[in-house]
Order: sequence, then structure tokens, then C-alpha cells
Amino acid sequence: MVKERKEKGTFNLKLFVAQYGVIIGLFLIFAFFTIMKTKFISINNILNMLRQTSINGFLAIGMTFVVLTGGIDLSVGSIVGAAGMFAALVAREETGLPWIAAVLVGLGVGLVLGTLNGIIIAYLRVPAFVATLGMLSIARGITFMASDAKPVPGLSEGFLKIGGGSVGMVPIPILILVVVLLIAFVVLYKCPYGRYVFATGGNAVSARVSGINIKRITCSVYMISGVLAGLAGIVLTSRVTSGLAQSGDGYEVDAIAAAVIGGNSLSGGRGRLWGTIIGFLIMGVMNNGLDMMAVSSYWQLVIKGLIIIGAVMLDSLNESK
Amino acid sequence: MKLLEMQGIEKSFHSVQVLYGIDFTLAGGKVHALMGENGAGKSTLMKILAGVHRYDKGSIKIEGKEVELTTPKHAQEMGIAMIHQELSPIPEMTVAENIYLGREPRQGPFVDYRKMYEMTKELLEGLKVSINPKEKVGNLKVADQQLVEIVKAISLNARIIVMDEPTSAITDKEVEQLFLIIKDLKKQGKGIIYISHKMDEIFRIADDITVMRDGHYVNTWNAGDIDNGILIKNMVGRELNDYFPKEEVEIKDTLFEIRNFTQEGKFTDINFQVREGEILGIAGLVGAGRTELMHAIFGLEKPDSGEIYLEGTKITIHKPQDAIRQGIAYVTEDRKLEGLVLQMSVAHNITLPSMNTFSSAGFITSAKEAKSVQKEIQDLRIKVHTPRQQVGKLSGGNQQKVVLAKWMIKRPRVLILDEPTRGIDVGAKTEIYKLMCEYVAKGNAVIMISSEMPEVMGMSDRIMVLSNGIMGGVLNREEFAQESIMKMAVSHV
Repeated sequence: MVKERKEKGTFNLKLFVAQYGVIIGLFLIFAFFTIMKTKFISINNILNMLRQTSINGFLAIGMTFVVLTGGIDLSVGSIVGAAGMFAALVAREETGLPWIAAVLVGLGVGLVLGTLNGIIIAYLRVPAFVATLGMLSIARGITFMASDAKPVPGLSEGFLKIGGGSVGMVPIPILILVVVLLIAFVVLYKCPYGRYVFATGGNAVSARVSGINIKRITCSVYMISGVLAGLAGIVLTSRVTSGLAQSGDGYEVDAIAAAVIGGNSLSGGRGRLWGTIIGFLIMGVMNNGLDMMAVSSYWQLVIKGLIIIGAVMLDSLNESK
Repeated sequence: MKLLEMQGIEKSFHSVQVLYGIDFTLAGGKVHALMGENGAGKSTLMKILAGVHRYDKGSIKIEGKEVELTTPKHAQEMGIAMIHQELSPIPEMTVAENIYLGREPRQGPFVDYRKMYEMTKELLEGLKVSINPKEKVGNLKVADQQLVEIVKAISLNARIIVMDEPTSAITDKEVEQLFLIIKDLKKQGKGIIYISHKMDEIFRIADDITVMRDGHYVNTWNAGDIDNGILIKNMVGRELNDYFPKEEVEIKDTLFEIRNFTQEGKFTDINFQVREGEILGIAGLVGAGRTELMHAIFGLEKPDSGEIYLEGTKITIHKPQDAIRQGIAYVTEDRKLEGLVLQMSVAHNITLPSMNTFSSAGFITSAKEAKSVQKEIQDLRIKVHTPRQQVGKLSGGNQQKVVLAKWMIKRPRVLILDEPTRGIDVGAKTEIYKLMCEYVAKGNAVIMISSEMPEVMGMSDRIMVLSNGIMGGVLNREEFAQESIMKMAVSHV
């Protein structure tokens, strides 16, 4: 994290709001929903909300890596569906395979699709927007074909525990999310790799002159995004207890929104992981709260879109200082 | 009455003065060449004429009447046309569309294409130019694209045509065609300002020659009254007052050698050596291929052929990492574009190429990193509040020091500097010179590309001059003379 230069002792309100406004935003939104529906703040609801949000969390973390290099991954929603579907097919009781096999398959599918994205973008020089848009379509098509457009129920108990189970009070998805977050933090801030990601996004030419293999770095972030989308797919499929071909549809919007709200610049090189956390928490709270208030899902889409635009506007004001 | 009279033109950019009272006159029906080194102020003067910049002091008169050229469009209306070095026609549009861009002949609300092609055909025939008006400009060869620009200028009823390096990208045959057109324009009473470094062309086509140097007006002559030698002498003949902290350093064996470096279109058969303790200056005009050569040596570009020897042993460099590993460092020409990641902190920028040193088992060793960064900041006297400061917020001089620190921290044997003091204040410049001297005193070598004559002569032990991608010559310190360097620089242009 880079400290902005401040005169000693003075407190710059504008700077503070620009940098930490999102936290305030989160609290305000939280407060708003609590006032509207007191049930919002119940332990049950909060745990439920966190369980659901973990899925967005995985995607948002992956998206952060991608966005930091100045790229974008529009295919994560479809990778969630594909990975979840293949995991479901393996996780069916009838296959007799242990749940770990299903997990490996799900992660594997995510890795393969993510790697394909990475190669096409980094080595074949197709713009990220176009490449991942294509993958969005391809992955979704594969998912429908694999399931013959029918749901895949009857999943093994072990597999169902991943998304639906808890350790004491804490839902398992939350535990997985915390582990992933810790790993992401360490990799991004405590390893040379993280610096290379920031450098590649900030100024690819300078990064190259400094000896960084920018093609490899670019390819790798899409692989990360793919694997995390695979993880999200596993958790989602486990939660809804069957493989559904349309799983994950539209999830890329939430992931991008989370990264952007958190202050990650879409042009790359500037951002923060803790911001992404606030970002997906805001998205999760919004989803949950609006559902509770029985706001139509179409309105939710509109509100989400407005938030994304608003967040980017605020961010560009911050950038131009 | 003269066609154009510019008197006492002064211009400053952000309190840096670039033009000190320039006088320039142009008569109708004449070609007036404007000459000077890179940075002499020719482009700035022409941009003022074209309405791109406003002069701070002085006056401009066209056909005796004083004018205020407020915008490029206004200058165009006054009959001034600029044909730039970097052509900017619209490649996907046809010749006619380009020429009449913004003023297409109309038929009601629609464009009258038939009329437009007819008018274009007339224009082209009038100048004896055989180009198809319906051809897409992007498909034409460069020479023809240039002709389209000239035709466009004429169709705008330009009385004053400025040609900036018009023959830099065309063949000899096309140059002849261009000269015929220029002769034609002269007959029509138009005035032409011709900017070029090609001495023989100047003497063929120009009637008058004006020389500028470091933003000052030097003199104007009839082309027939002077020769090459006098021209060069006036272009560079400044007094070398600048103080350069050059120390006596023992120069030992050859450390780094380049043989047969060639890259088509960029440079041909370059050979040089640098020895321990030596500063090798690389001089030449902008576009001579110096930066391209260094890019190829450092592995940023792939040359067609070439061998590199370090301490007598042949080494291979395919990418920057290879060069870095061998102990070669490259401080690039444009620090903002190629040298720094502006959004990252000073510390992170400094250690970026050295993460191998500052990490173990995949994790960054923060304490070691912080210590080394602190040392570099102290040694190079970089002014920062904290190493965590964003490097984009530093002054130019300090930014350049950060780029230097980034490479010095690796203790390279060969340090390549590309225009190391460009855009930096005098104080910081002197500091960088001192650092260079301290550095070679340790038995290392420096290769310095510089377009500033005083700098390259003040700091180098030897100078290699590149001219249009070809080796113009090598001079030892005793042989240094501005004229010799300039002669070599234009020898293959």
C-alpha cells in the first residue's frame, strides 16, 4: 500500500474519504437495512449472508488480481457454472467417488479454462475483454452440453457439507474464504510475485525493462481467477445441492463491482485487497438486504449498475488529484 | 514587401526560456532553409507560426500586415500550412476525402462526392502528381502520402508552406519529384520554409539559409555565399562554459564489446568497446538509431545479427533478464514511460529488478530490502519524505535518481544511460555527473547516449557518433570538437 504524501499534522478530509470512504459506505448500508428490517441483524441472517457472499468473495479476489494487471475477466460466471457442473457429475452418489475427487475436478476445470484465457490474452495478444467474453460463451455452452441441460442432483454427503456444513457456528465456506484471503494477502503483499503484478499493471514497459516476464504474469492472473471461480463453483453447487447449468450466470458483474468499489483501478497498477473485501461485503449486504425488503431483482440490477458507475467516478476523482 | 516577417520572437515554457528574440523573414517565390541542432528551437518557432503556441514577445507580419495567430485554424486561414515530419493523414479515407476533410463540397445536406473527386483530380494534375484521388491514403507509399499532404496544403491556398524533414522517409527518385514540385510552387509565388539536416539537399533547393542555436538566432545567408563547413561551424559554435565534474580515472582493459550489430531499418554493422573506468559517449542526431541499438543490446528488441562480449567472453542476451543477470543495467530514455511505475512507491520501484536478492523461499525479506533502499536514497541523495512515497509525485531530477538507484543497487558492471539528464535542473544534473564518475572509478563502465553536445563532450572519455544507423566515427577526448561530431552526425543522413 502506498502512503499519499501529507503535510505533517494536517488532516485532509477529502483524501480520507477518497481512500476509506468505502468502509463508511459499508456501515451506512448495513445501518440502513438494519433500520428497515430488524431481522437483518440476526445471527442467522448474517451467517447466511456470509455463506452466500463467500462465493462472490472468491470471484472478487480472483478479479482483483486480474484487474491489477489492467485486465478483466468476464468469464468467471461461466467458469463457476462449468466447474460446478463437472464437480457435480463426479460428486454424484452413484459414481462412488470420494468428495475430494469432485473438488479436484472442479478446481481442475477452473484452472484449465483460466489457463486458456491466460494464453489467449498474454501470448496470442487478444484483448482481455474480447477473450473472456468469448470464454463466457464457450464455458456456458460446455456446461449445458455436459449436463444435457438437466439438473444433476443426488450429490454425496461429503460434497454437500462443503457448501452447507458448518464447524460449530461458522459456515465452512467462510472458513475456506478466510484461508483464501490470507493466502491472497501474503502472495500479493509479501511475495515478489505480488509486486510484479502491480508493476505489470502500472507500467508494463517499465516492468519489462526491469526484467519481469510480463507475459507470464499476465497469464498467471487469469489462471488464479479461473481456479478461484472453480472453487466458487464447487461451493455454490454444494449449497444448492445439485449441478445446474445456469449456475453463476451474471456473477462476473458482482465480482467486477466488488473490485471497483474497493478502489481497484480498471486500468491496472493501483488497488488494494482489503478494498475488495469491503467491496464484496457491500455487494453481499445489498443482495441480502434488498431480498429481505422484497425489492424486485430487476431493481437490484439497476442499483448494482449505479453503484459500479458511482464507484468508478469517485475513483477517477481520486486518481486525478 | 516580404511575404513573412517574424521579429524578436521570444518564448518560454514554465519559466524555461526556449527562444531568445528570433528574426526570420521569408520572401515569396523563395525557399528559406531553417537549420540547427536538435533543441535549437526550430520546431518551437514553426509551431508558433502554425498557431500551436503563442509567442511571449515579438511580432509576426504577413505581407506587411501584423497578425495574431491565435489558433492553428486561424494560421491556416492566414495561408500558413505545415507539413509535419510525422504525417497524420487518415489512412482509411481516400486521397480526396483527406484533402477536403472538414470542408467537403456539399449538395444540400449530403457530400458531393463527384465534385470532390473532380476538384481533387484537377489539383493533382495541376501539380503533375499522378495519384488516384479515390485511392485510400493508407495504401499509398510514404512519398505519395507526403505529396497528398502538400497538395492539401496548396488546396488550402497556403502562401507559406513549412516542410519539416520532408525527405526523411522517401527515396532519391521521390526527392527529385518533390524538388520539381517545390520549384513549381516557387513560380507560383509561394514561400517555402525548409527544415532538414541533409546538407546537400539544402544547398540544392534553398535560396536562403538561417541558422539557430540553443534558442538564439545566429545568422542568415544566401545559400550561394556559404558552404558545409561554415554552416556546421555556425550550428555548433558555442562557447563551452559548462562545468563538468570529470575526474582522472585509470582506464584499464576492455570490459564490454559489441560486434556486427545490425537491425534492418534501425542500424547497420555497429562495433564498439568500452573499457573499465571509461565513459563512452554516444552522439548523433535524433533518429540516428542510438536508443534502438541499446534496446537491442539489452534484449528489449531482437537484432538481425550481433555479438556481445563481456570481459572477453561471448554472452547471449535474449531478454532484459539475461542482460541484468550478466551485470548490465539500462537507464532508459523516458523515465515516465519506460523507467518507473509511477503508481508504485520509491522503495518498490528501486527494488523491482532485484527481487531475487530481496526474497528468500518466495517471501520478501522486508528488513533487508528497507536497509538497501535507505542506503541508495542516502548515496544518491534522493529527496523523499519516506521511501513509501509514490514516485510519480517526485520532481524530475529525483525521479531520475530513483531510476538510477534501481540499477545501481545491483552493482552492474556496465551501466547504459540514455539521455540521463534530460528535463532535469542544473543542480540535479551535476549530482548525476558526479555519481557517474564515482561509479566508473570503481572499475565499471558507462555508456551514455546524449544529444547535448556540452554534456557528451564534458563527460566522455571517448565519443562514438551514429549517423542514420551507421557508425559515423569515434573520437578520443583529445580530439573532441563540436564541428567534428556534427560532421560525423550528418555524414550518412
